[in-house]
This record gives sequence, C-alpha cells and structure tokens, in this order.
Amino acid sequence: MSVDLQTVKRVAHLARIAVSEEDAERMTGELNAILGFVEQLNEVDVSGVEPMTSVTPMEMKKRQDVVTDGSKATDIVANAPATDENFFLVPKVVE
Amino acid sequence: MSDLTHLTISQARAKLRGKEITAAEITEAYLSAIERANPVLNAYITVTGDKARDMAEASDAKLAKGEGGALEGIPLGIKDLFGTEGVHTQACSHVLDGFKPRYESTVTANLWADGAVMLGKLNMDEFAMGSSNETSHYGPVINPWRRSRLDTVVMPTTHQGDGGFVSAGGTKTARTLDNAQLVPGGSSGGSASAVSAFLCAGATATDTGGSIRQPAAFTGTVGIKPTYGRCSRWGIVAFASSLDQAGPIARDVRDAAILLKSMASVDLKDTTSVDRPVPDYEAAIGKPIKGMKVGIPKEYRVDGMPEDIEALWQKGIAWLKDAGAEIVDISLPHTKYALPAYYIVAPAEASSNLARYDGVRYGLRVPGKDIIDMYERTRAAGFGREVKRRIMIGTYVLSAGYYDAYYLQAQKVRTLIKRDFENVFTAGVDVILTPATPSAAFGVADEDMASDPVKMYLNDIFTVTVNMAGLPGIAVPAGLDAKGLPLGLQLIGRPFDEETLFQTAYVIEQAAGTFQPEKWW
Repeated sequence: MSVDLQTVKRVAHLARIAVSEEDAERMTGELNAILGFVEQLNEVDVSGVEPMTSVTPMEMKKRQDVVTDGSKATDIVANAPATDENFFLVPKVVE
Repeated sequence: MSDLTHLTISQARAKLRGKEITAAEITEAYLSAIERANPVLNAYITVTGDKARDMAEASDAKLAKGEGGALEGIPLGIKDLFGTEGVHTQACSHVLDGFKPRYESTVTANLWADGAVMLGKLNMDEFAMGSSNETSHYGPVINPWRRSRLDTVVMPTTHQGDGGFVSAGGTKTARTLDNAQLVPGGSSGGSASAVSAFLCAGATATDTGGSIRQPAAFTGTVGIKPTYGRCSRWGIVAFASSLDQAGPIARDVRDAAILLKSMASVDLKDTTSVDRPVPDYEAAIGKPIKGMKVGIPKEYRVDGMPEDIEALWQKGIAWLKDAGAEIVDISLPHTKYALPAYYIVAPAEASSNLARYDGVRYGLRVPGKDIIDMYERTRAAGFGREVKRRIMIGTYVLSAGYYDAYYLQAQKVRTLIKRDFENVFTAGVDVILTPATPSAAFGVADEDMASDPVKMYLNDIFTVTVNMAGLPGIAVPAGLDAKGLPLGLQLIGRPFDEETLFQTAYVIEQAAGTFQPEKWW
C-alpha cells in the first residue's frame, strides 16, 4: 500500500500537525519508503496466531479504590503556557 | 584531580568508603571535565553544578558517619528522558520548552536514595527517536572515538656527539587520528558519549529498539536493556510504552551491574513493573560459565555485514568456548520481520503517547486562529522531522480501515518473534550471542542515512528483536575494527535473567579488555 498527497494531508490533520505543501510532498515520499519496507510482513503466515497484548504474562495490579494522591493543582498547572487561578487557558471554543 | 574521573564506579566506591577521596572532590573533577569537553562533545544539555555540589556534600556527611548508600557520592549523568524535579526535562524536544517537572522519576529517585550525585541532563535523540543522536533539538552529540590509521614511521638513525647511537633507526607503528566527527549512536548518545569520555561515572539511558545497546557499542561502553518490567517507567517521557525500558550505560560490566541494581525496583506507580525482588547482579560477576549453553543464531549473519564484525563474533564464540561454554547453532526464523514490525508498533504507540503535546498543559504554544489551529501550529513547530514522520506513520497505521492490515498483523508477528526465543530457551539455551550492531560508528551528517530513513532504522537490526520479545540484552565492547573504532557483542537472555548476562559479559570483558578513546577534545 502507498499513500498519496491527499492522504498525507488528511493524516497530518488527524495527527494535528500543520504541514505546508512542500512538507506534505516530502513526507509522501518518506512515508511510502517506510510503508514499502514494512510490506514484507504480509508474507508471514499468521493464521491461528494471537496478537501480542502483553510482552510478559502478568496480571494487572489492582489496589484499593481510595484516594492516595491529589491536592496539587498548582503543581499541575505550573508548566502550562497560560493559566488563570489553577485553570488552563485555551482559545475560545464555544461561542 | 582529573584522574578521579577515570575511576570505575566500583573503584570510586571503595575509595569513597575508605575515605581516600571525597564525593566533593570527585564531583568537582567531573564538573571541570564537563566544562572543558562539553563545548566539543555536546553530551550534556544542562549541567546542574550547584545541585551536584549539594548532593556531594550530603554524601560526604553520610560517608563520614559510615552510612553511605550503594552509590554514595558517585556522580552520574541522566538522560533528558527522565523526569527530574525542578530540572530541565524535555526529551530534547522543542515542544517541551521550559518544562521542569514537579516530580521525580522512580528510576532517578532510586539512584538518589542510594546516594548518587546528579551532574546534569544528557543529550539524546528527540523523544528517543533516532540512532545517531542527530534528531536532538540541542544539536548532535559527538563520539569521543575517531577513526585512525596505523602508520609505519621510519625512525632516523641519530648520533650523540662522538658517542654511540641513541636511536638505532628502524621502524615503528603509530596511530594517526582522523579529524572526521562520528556519531555516538542513539538515542542515548549523550549517555554513551559522556561515559566514554569520562564526563560521568555512569549514566541512565533508555532502550525502545536498541537505544542503550547501539550507542554503547559505538563508544566502547557497556549498556544493558533489562527485561521489560524490571525498571519502572514512571516519570520517564513515554515513546512506545510496550517497548520502552530504562537501563544503565557504564564503563565496565561490574559498573553496569551496580547501576542496574539501584535503578530497578518494584513500583506500584507502574502497573507493568514486575513484582519480584531485585537480585544482587554484582554477585553474578566472576561465576564460571562452564557448561553454559550459548546459542548462535544463523539469521544474524546478514548480507553486507563488515568482515570485522563477523570476525569479532567468531572471537566471542571462541572466548566463551575457552571458558567452558557449549556453543550451539540455533535458528530464530522470524528475525528479519522484527524491524518492519517494530516500525509499525513503535510509531503507533508513539502517535498515541505524543498526542498529549498540545500547547495547553506544558511546553511550547504557538497561537492560532482557533484551538485546532493552535494545536496544529504548536505541533508543527515543536516536533522535529523524525518525530513527525513517526507520528504520521503511527496515525496512518491506526486509522480506520488500516488497523488490521498493519497494527494487528505486526502484533501477530511479534507473537511469533517471541515464540522463536521461547523455543530456543525451552531447548536448553541459556544465553544467545550476536553482534550488537551491523557497523561501527558512522559520520555525523551521513548522506546515505539522511536521504533514506530506512537506512538509519537498519542500525537496530540486531537489537530490536529483544525489545519486541521483552527480553534482556547487554552490549559489551569486544574489540576495535581496522579503523580503530570499538565494536560490541550482544548477549540476549531469558526474561529476568540479567544475572546470566552479567556473568557471561564479564567473561567477554576479561578476554577482550576495556577500551578508551584517545583524548583529542
């Protein structure tokens, strides 16, 4: 399978990365080189093979459903580019 | 003073405990070595001198009372992927500009609890995506190793007055260093370069497809990627969560064992961290390997592999045989599919993990006409080319209609790769010996690699299988190639059997010796 310019632009939008016409053209070539490389996986017979979900068989750790952390709003917003009274500020999303 | 930087961790540990040296002295020695070398090597992106001095002072107080921890007073470098409280943590990406976490990663917290001293944060490929440390926002790291050639120098016959000859003439051989700058490998290139150039006693690193072992091999250092789940991933910037593992890069096998013992732990904050005690890895060093079964996989003999590497592999086989190991030929039939499967699984997980960089919660924000435009501009400006490439591949293979063809197929192939290893281990093989990389270190801004991303990816051809199967793997320096560059061998072990890796790697180290670059910086 290979991608065309339109697909690259659509995927870039899905990935929320702005691309110029020139970027998109370059990426089309690069992505096709990588997709060409991974194509060889199709020759592997995987009938009856389960997809890997966990590399080491382990049981999901569970703990008591109690609060063990929190009350650190200032820490959480400390690195944000724009905040106001422990809220993240973003451009207006509802009119 | 500068000699203090040449002590291994085990030597420094003995001298610190014996009060022959102080943590303050060894820390100052490293800080001044960094000051001199870093403008050239670019291994550190932040040096935390004040913090290092404070930590060293606290260590000296403890050592004076005989209360030092396992790494008391040992100065370490930390890869920029590890969250360090109040200190630059950006995965060497522009998108995390100014990020200083309010928390400490579990691995680094373990090191500080054992008394280690932090010298600073180490350069790396952006988000650990790369094999040459050239994708860093902070510029490439330079390998302290350079190519050299052996010259035959004719010695002139000289006289001294009326007396006899001082030099009888003849010839001798001398190595002449080439000026070309080489990459240290990646993604843990800063870690490898700093350890090799004596800019820290040891370093933390991480490995998703070979990012500890390939740079270790390129710099003549020892690097171990432990079994998935051995070190907590909590507080480490995520790349591909089912593959990422932390581990050390060190100057010898014993130092790597000492560091891993401190880094590894059981951690409730990472549900994939394994619930089993951390053994004393150092105790495995020096144990005989007589009767051990060492597997040699035929699939690792790839086309176009340099003769030097094949010769090194044969030498490794001979050393282990001489030490009493039994050498057996094995087959890991799905080896060639590991790299293509990796280039589906890793980008898919990365595209999901890196969705969090949106200009809202941390790092860079580029304003836009609405919120979507802000996300798109922020991510376009914040991520470098390689990172964008992988996010795009990941987004594509996970998008509607393609999931089964790519991601599901790759995860099935991954099951087969793991099964290959299980079959070999079930048949009684204790450890597998392979080359660590398909070549020695290459030049900075290599044109072939720059023009074809897949060429760069092939660097991980021998290491990536280990991540896909979640196994432990160690790279140990085993010799120099014809151009005087270090080459490494890789040992792969059973899950959570890092002890056998240290035990066997030590036998190789005893036979091969250790390697230091000639100082030019």
